[in-house]
Amino acid sequence: MTALLDVRNLGKRFGGFVALENIALSVQPGERVGLIGPNGSGKSTLVNCICGTLRNEAGSVHFDGRALDGFTAHQRTRRGVARTFQLPRPFASLTLAENLRIPLLYTVAARGGVLHTADHIDERCLALLREVGLDSKAHRLPRDLTQVEMRKLELVRAMAAEPKLLIADESMAGLTHSEVEEILNLLKRLNEQGVTVILIEHIMRAVMSFSQRLVVLVSGRKIADGEPNAVVREPEVERAYLGQ
Amino acid sequence: MIFSFDLLIDAIVSGILIGAFYAAVTAGITLSFGILDVVNIAHPGFIILGSYVVYIINLKLGIDPIVAAIAVMPAFYVLGAAIYQVYYVSFEKRGQDSMRGLAFFFGILFITEVSLVLYFGVDYRYVEAPYIGPTWHFGFVDLPLRILVPCLVSLLLIAGLQLTLTRTFIGRAIMAVAQDELALRLMAVDPIRIKRIAFGISIATAALAGAFLIIIQPVEPSVGREYIGRVFAICVLGGMGSLPGTLVAAMLVGIVESLTSTFYGPSWAPAVSFSFLLLTLAVRPAGLLGR
Amino acid sequence: MRTHIFFIVSLIIGACVYGLAATLGNDYYFFAGYVVLQYVVLATAWNILGGYCGYVNFGSAAFFAIGAYSTVALYRFHPMPIPVDVALGGVASGIVGLGTGYLTLRMRGAFFAIATLALAVVFETLVVNWDYVGGSRGAYIVRPETIAPFGSYIKYLFLIMLVLAIGSITVARLIERSRLGYGFATIRDDELAAEASGVPTLRLKLVATTISGALMGMAGAPFPYYIGYLQPSSAFGLDYAVNSIAMPLIGGTTSWVGPLIGAILLGSLQQIATVTISSAVNLLIVGFLLVGFVIVAPNGITGLVQKYIPHRPLGQVGRRRVKADAPEATP
Repeated sequence: MTALLDVRNLGKRFGGFVALENIALSVQPGERVGLIGPNGSGKSTLVNCICGTLRNEAGSVHFDGRALDGFTAHQRTRRGVARTFQLPRPFASLTLAENLRIPLLYTVAARGGVLHTADHIDERCLALLREVGLDSKAHRLPRDLTQVEMRKLELVRAMAAEPKLLIADESMAGLTHSEVEEILNLLKRLNEQGVTVILIEHIMRAVMSFSQRLVVLVSGRKIADGEPNAVVREPEVERAYLGQ
Repeated sequence: MIFSFDLLIDAIVSGILIGAFYAAVTAGITLSFGILDVVNIAHPGFIILGSYVVYIINLKLGIDPIVAAIAVMPAFYVLGAAIYQVYYVSFEKRGQDSMRGLAFFFGILFITEVSLVLYFGVDYRYVEAPYIGPTWHFGFVDLPLRILVPCLVSLLLIAGLQLTLTRTFIGRAIMAVAQDELALRLMAVDPIRIKRIAFGISIATAALAGAFLIIIQPVEPSVGREYIGRVFAICVLGGMGSLPGTLVAAMLVGIVESLTSTFYGPSWAPAVSFSFLLLTLAVRPAGLLGR
Repeated sequence: MRTHIFFIVSLIIGACVYGLAATLGNDYYFFAGYVVLQYVVLATAWNILGGYCGYVNFGSAAFFAIGAYSTVALYRFHPMPIPVDVALGGVASGIVGLGTGYLTLRMRGAFFAIATLALAVVFETLVVNWDYVGGSRGAYIVRPETIAPFGSYIKYLFLIMLVLAIGSITVARLIERSRLGYGFATIRDDELAAEASGVPTLRLKLVATTISGALMGMAGAPFPYYIGYLQPSSAFGLDYAVNSIAMPLIGGTTSWVGPLIGAILLGSLQQIATVTISSAVNLLIVGFLLVGFVIVAPNGITGLVQKYIPHRPLGQVGRRRVKADAPEATP
């Protein structure tokens, strides 16, 4: 089975600072991959390179059999890669429902997805918001949201793009126990529907329960990649990340 | 196009001299835009204001323009600090989109220019000083003193600023606030105060730059506009927040402008800095000596 | 209200305005009205790029002048009917807008703004050096005294500008209510997130600069006929740059209503001031109003109205339902 996402020898520098070095990552369709690492290890940089927000200097990113080099971020989104931002970036002047319109109009419709009437779009937006419990605030602006709700909006906006691969970048930071469960269940449901998910998190409990495979990034290098329980026992991982 | 070696050397030397002046003009932008990330497009307006203030003092009191500029620098500092305060409270604090900040400074530029037109009219003004007029000759190289003197004082200004930024506490705080405001707060230093000081300094340099300008060429209110492109081009080319970079970039722009002017005609000079700007931003956004 | 109905209603209102001006019996109202309508077009055009997308263009004067000078160039070749000038002026400016955008839109918004300012200076330099259109000496356009069936020529010019004004606000309104308008809003709000959501930001920005530039050029095309003697300083005047920014910012940038209000208010104010005080003072007032509004009332007059009369929404971008299968402004 060909990998859905195939990152080969990826390298990224910022001036003299090496953010990522020789990253190789392969994700199969339908997989649930967890990506962990200390702050500054390059996780978000990796996400940015995969999604096209940043240009990698070395290596390549292949998605769904095609090389993504040279594709802009919006082109990659249209090909099926969606992501959330670590610090939520909602469209501040649009209501929640309108925020969801954007991926529907510009990604799903651009792909030739099923979007026939305005009512259909409205329905779809509300349905999506309902899945994360935000439908009551559908016509409010993002500034009226709590931190938690912003993170949910961030996630549901990525979901609205009907991706094949969803990269959730710290979507659970600052959430309560039950809220974390909520998001986890949401992601699991998505995965059951066929969406491949890469979960980037610091909340180990969540990562461990969710991931089929765990990848560890430290100082721009991948130091571990495998079955979660085995990976967390590796001495280098313990030393670098878990601090034992 | 008459090409001769003499002309070439002369053009290059001219370029270097003017380049130093451009560096002084840009120094304020290096501070406000390069370091503080405030797009103060009104800076050339303050320079012209400086020129006129110096002109009045020179006319009425006969004081040397550079001395006059130094005397009014504190007033310009206060003006700069006040403007930053308004800017901060109205825009940065509210997290407004940059559009309104830009419009704010554009409005100030406009108000400055129109006020000067109203008060002084559109006639060219110039100052009197003993070094305006004589030219030193070194072989085939001409060094007009009215350009040489501002050039030398510019270099002093740049050196002084660089020393301030690297050796004094305030200077280093200014560099720090650009990089890590939080760390500064944790050191019990108010970042807003530091930014205000930095902006005030940047406008103070405009007074001196204005004196240089009116020594080098006659001035009328709209002259500032041709400097906007130049100043930002040099700042970006020089790596945004770097004074040494600004100096190098300014000299480069000065030389290329001078060569263009000598061999193709002076009316194409504005195009030079603009092309530099585009090229830099397209090819190497970090500038020549990038941060 | 569907767009074509809006257009028809506007035409009717426009016809009334024209009729009213005609009954006043003094050609002065047509001269003054022409300038105000010109600003409606400029302000609306600016707002498409500035208000909707968040990219500030300081070089409006350059696009306006391109329209004016393409008319002069055509006139030197062979005088054309003004509608032809308008169309060609729009094309020329549109192309320049596209080119400018292509060169500068990959940069941050601040750099784009600076680039537009520098660009305006460069264009002025080019025109001043171009003898075919008169260079710094200026160019004369012979304006006919009268033209049937309008009577005085200024009535004809007024009418053309009226049509352009109606056209531009219709275009603005159409954009607002289309997918394009949503896309523009995301560019303004958060370009990175917009790209991540599938919005082709560069393409949309280029569309915005092209439309904006073209409209400004169309506003400039009849200008040589209006003024009779065109000099670079009048075509590239700073007052065009300031007004096209001040009017939308004072009127309100989120919808087509803002620039319209701003242009009518500020434009009329300036017409009155120019006659009673000097034109320099009137420009000063515009400058102060711009700075004042930007500090105190950043959402302009429409923003103030919305604040104090909350149940009267004024067509903010994206408020209406979008029909995915309706003819859209852009694929």
